[in-house]
Amino acid sequence: MDSEQGTATGLVRVVLPYHLRVLAGVSTEAGSEVRLEVALPVTIGRVLDALEGKYPVLGGTIREYGTGQRRAFLRFFACEEDWSHEGMDKELPEAVAAGKEPLLVVGAIAGG
Amino acid sequence: MSKVRVLVGTKKGAFVLESDGKRAAWEVNGPFFAGWEIYHMKGSPVNPERLYASQSSGWSGQVMQRSDDGGKTWAVVGNKFAYDGVPGTHQWYDGTPHPWEFKRVWHLEPSLTDADTVFAGVEDAALFKSTDGGATWAELSGLRGHGVGTDTHAPQWQPGAGGMCLHTIIVDPTNADRMYIAISAAGAFRTDDGGKNWKPINKGLVSDIMPNPTAEVGHCVHHVAMHPARPDTLFMQKHWHVMRSDNAGDEWKKVSGNLPTDFGFVIDIHAHEPETIYVAPIKSDSEHFPLEGKLRVYRSKTGGNEWEELGNGLPDRNCYVNVLRDAMAVDKLDACGVYFGTTGGQVYASADAGESWKAIVHDLPAVLSVEVQTL
Repeated sequence: MDSEQGTATGLVRVVLPYHLRVLAGVSTEAGSEVRLEVALPVTIGRVLDALEGKYPVLGGTIREYGTGQRRAFLRFFACEEDWSHEGMDKELPEAVAAGKEPLLVVGAIAGG
Repeated sequence: MSKVRVLVGTKKGAFVLESDGKRAAWEVNGPFFAGWEIYHMKGSPVNPERLYASQSSGWSGQVMQRSDDGGKTWAVVGNKFAYDGVPGTHQWYDGTPHPWEFKRVWHLEPSLTDADTVFAGVEDAALFKSTDGGATWAELSGLRGHGVGTDTHAPQWQPGAGGMCLHTIIVDPTNADRMYIAISAAGAFRTDDGGKNWKPINKGLVSDIMPNPTAEVGHCVHHVAMHPARPDTLFMQKHWHVMRSDNAGDEWKKVSGNLPTDFGFVIDIHAHEPETIYVAPIKSDSEHFPLEGKLRVYRSKTGGNEWEELGNGLPDRNCYVNVLRDAMAVDKLDACGVYFGTTGGQVYASADAGESWKAIVHDLPAVLSVEVQTL
């Protein structure tokens, strides 16, 4: 869990909605994940920092520029719980930080 | 032989249609950016292989795309649209002040002289400019009253039903410092100093839906067109009324003439005849479809007032589609081609300046915009 620089990190699994997997150019197979080195303690904000660092095209698509807030029609789920309203700085469950469970970014059921 | 490329933005992706100069057989490529709303695509007049596209969705906001090979491949470019300084407020639907919030890019206008320079009209209404091929964007904030010139009354602007969008950008080909923009529902504006300062150009517009029908701002302008050979003459499709100005927007006069209804969204001009203009009349502000279920284009060869119905090849009955504000364009071939898209997913083309029409594709998602390149 430690990087070469000695900073503690977790290998976090993230499941993106289909349209963002297409945009990022990653596998579009159902359930496919991206894996990210995230500094501990793992928070949604840090996961998104790492995600946008690895895939800059996702900048602004999950959280708003300026406010840094979650876009209204996206949700965050982890360990079968809704983390959408927990803020960007709350520590995610150990199972997510340890890579045992993924962080799910889910498109809300909306639109036409 | 010349080629024609038609760039079609839809509710669920982008399509690129191509034909030779006969415009009889069309190849349909796409969807690109499937599932996303493509409000607008447009090519650079300097380098026609350079295309810009606005891609957005309610889930994931704004993405900008650029192609350097005529739409075969695309690359994501910058999508940071930050208002200059304190964003300020405009009027909300209930008349209360509402902060400016970026929502999406409605219109892209590439520079006439530099392929890396492009303007973007956005919702909430503002004008942005990129000089690095779309990588970064900066607001021309004089439009929203950050300039030192004439007051544009931005706090009084309010959204139309579709949002407070800057949907029209016209660059004067004879004067690089002069540009026109239009906003629903604020009106038309002009700069004469490259975007530093702007002034409303709405004198002569009458909008009965406003408390003061002749106010300086607040008019729901749907689209404005200019022929490059007559840069001081502008044609406007307003919410109601087709308008004309011959002094760069300083004064407007109504040229609806014998149109069966002068509500509509699109207006465009023949490539070689600056007094020949086209509109697609829509029944009313509450019934956004053609009169009597007959889809029709009307053409005036006299710069307005005298209009003729064009319907050869267009649906004669049971047609209840709309033609949105950026969904008409012309090509520059000798026999000017005219194109428009519908919310029913058809793109109609006329290779003879409107005399006859056919659907060159007819089952796309709802069409938001149509642009044409003559190659």
